[in-house]
Amino acid sequence: MKIAVCVSHVPDTATRIKIGADRKTIDPTGVTYIINPYDEFAVEEALKTKEKIGGDSIVYAISVGGDTNKESIRKALAMGVDEGILLKDDSIRDSFGIAHALADEIKSLGCEIAFFGKQSVDFDNSITGQVTAELLGYNCVPVVVDFKLEGSKITAEREIEGGREVVETELPAIITTQKGLNEPRYASLKGIMASKKKTIAEKAAAQSPNHSEIIDMNLPTSKQPGRILGTDSSAVAELVKLLREEAKVI
Amino acid sequence: MANKILAILEQREGSLKKVSYEVASVASKLAKELNLEVEAVVVGADVNDLNNISKYGIQKVIHLKNSEFSNYTSSGYTEAISNYSKEVNAVCLIVGNTSLGNDLAPRLAVKLNSGCITDCVNLQVESGEVIATRPIYAGKAFTKAKLSSVVKVFTIRPNVFKAELNENETCNIEIKEISSPNLKSKVVSFKKSEGKLDVAEADIIVSGGRGMKGPENFNLIESLADSLGAAVGASRAVVDAGWRPHREQVGQTGKTVSPSLYVACGISGAIQHLAGMSTSKYIVAINKDKDAPIFSVADYGIAGDLFEILPVLTEEIKKIRS
Ligand SMILES: Cc1cc2nc3c(=O)[nH]c(=O)nc-3n(C[C@H](O)[C@H](O)[C@H](O)COP(=O)(O)OP(=O)(O)OC[C@H]3O[C@@H](n4cnc5c(N)ncnc54)[C@H](O)[C@@H]3O)c2cc1C
Ligand SMILES: Nc1ncnc2c1ncn2[C@@H]1O[C@H](COP(=O)(O)O)[C@@H](O)[C@H]1O
Repeated sequence: MKIAVCVSHVPDTATRIKIGADRKTIDPTGVTYIINPYDEFAVEEALKTKEKIGGDSIVYAISVGGDTNKESIRKALAMGVDEGILLKDDSIRDSFGIAHALADEIKSLGCEIAFFGKQSVDFDNSITGQVTAELLGYNCVPVVVDFKLEGSKITAEREIEGGREVVETELPAIITTQKGLNEPRYASLKGIMASKKKTIAEKAAAQSPNHSEIIDMNLPTSKQPGRILGTDSSAVAELVKLLREEAKVI
Repeated sequence: MANKILAILEQREGSLKKVSYEVASVASKLAKELNLEVEAVVVGADVNDLNNISKYGIQKVIHLKNSEFSNYTSSGYTEAISNYSKEVNAVCLIVGNTSLGNDLAPRLAVKLNSGCITDCVNLQVESGEVIATRPIYAGKAFTKAKLSSVVKVFTIRPNVFKAELNENETCNIEIKEISSPNLKSKVVSFKKSEGKLDVAEADIIVSGGRGMKGPENFNLIESLADSLGAAVGASRAVVDAGWRPHREQVGQTGKTVSPSLYVACGISGAIQHLAGMSTSKYIVAINKDKDAPIFSVADYGIAGDLFEILPVLTEEIKKIRS
């Protein structure tokens, strides 16, 4: 079976965001980029699925973006993914533009299942997987914390408010992964060496117009530093009073 | 016939979720400003209390009904709502940014050939266009954006928009039976989690971090949470250590929350944690290190030993609540 895993390349979560001069992008100076943390769960699940099915299954890691996205593709290769594909486009695409390119590639590769992260920790859109699925006419289960595939039948648990819902569906499908689904493997030294030798296929990303346009970007207005009321339980009475009378939240 | 804006309501087990009232209120407000007609749409088997929605400015509710719709089915709900939207020429859909809404909205958008902006914290009409404000990088920054497609889909973050009462309205409920729902993807059961309240929905959250020293001490957090009617949250450090389930994790790779009150106990306030909770209305920090970064976002703090402070705080809250 052909399996896809889609990875995005995002600023390290420790990054302090600075707004760019155009006020539509962030200033990339000094920012380290990493594979989107949720996509590591997607890579792990793709590899586990391949191991379970066996035979001549093959896992492709796909990313839409500029050359630097190759670093995240390489990370996936080092973890054990078979082939890397960069759908090259240096312009800024919204989730729909990205999903169009991914759907086009997933279709032409003939992948019956694709794993996505539940969200990219840059724009936190949390929709690319669902949009790609709908474009392909595939089934989709987002925010999955437990996944079983038997033949073409999928049983997945997804995290929702107050619990988990169990969803049944069939291949072809897209799964978006949530923390708790698995423990992503570390890239072995051998994996890292092998990934350096692999070539990442470069293709032009399928054209598609954006549906959304960013008008402005800004930082949250910073708060006045709060009051330290004391250093032990003698401050509790005042805290409770402030919460009742000033904040009016209890 | 004027074009329509649809408020997509969410029900579970036949009851409307709180976010549905926020969705209704936002949709009716936008309808006035954009000169559109507003309708609410709910998908389900039997749904109670639909009349209540009239109090939020909605005079017409369409109930897309089938016995198979008591449980969520993404394929079924998507097909039913998108067909209805096309039928009435809806130009704008407002959906709650819940687990269900986040699954549904992007699919509706594809079916309606539209764009979708998720997790909006403000929707404003400027020169006839809807401008959406949403957090990015888990709240480290905000964007303003708009959609260029003819139909527009927005999801709104729960607890942020006020459900504004609009008395003296009556409501007309219309039932539309959906004959053969698409059940390609269907929820077959629900496993309720042990925790009483979910951080994503709670109005007050009490969170514990590594300063709790071990999982056995989280009873201190639970008692305080109980006394406040709050949900229990956690930092990633304690989730990674296996002290707490990951569904309680607050932060950039956990849940992003904005309750009215967030109490952080023994949490240092790493940037990834702050990203997930700094938009809370009020923040209280209890940490023995007065230089801990959590104090930079806290409204009130006690720079002391939580093992001494928490029991006293819990007692004090119980007293005023009784
Ligand atoms: C990719 C990535 C994603 C991440 N995502 C998240 C996320 O989503 N959420 C998250 O929380 N973190 C996240 N982190 C981790 C984050 O960087 C911090 O490591 C983590 O938040 C620290 O947790 P903590 O505050 O509980 O522990 P610590 O930083 O160890 O802080 C413990 C605090 O307890 C205080 N303390 C100790 N004893 C007492 C006492 N007796 N009384 C009072 N105070 C006491 C100490 O002064 C200290 O400030 C992420 C990290 C990475 C790399
Ligand atoms: N540029 C991209 N290239 C490949 N996959 C992506 C890209 N952007 C997002 N994704 C995938 O879509 C998921 C959800 O992203 P988002 O909808 O942007 O929050 C990510 O976890 C990735 O799996």
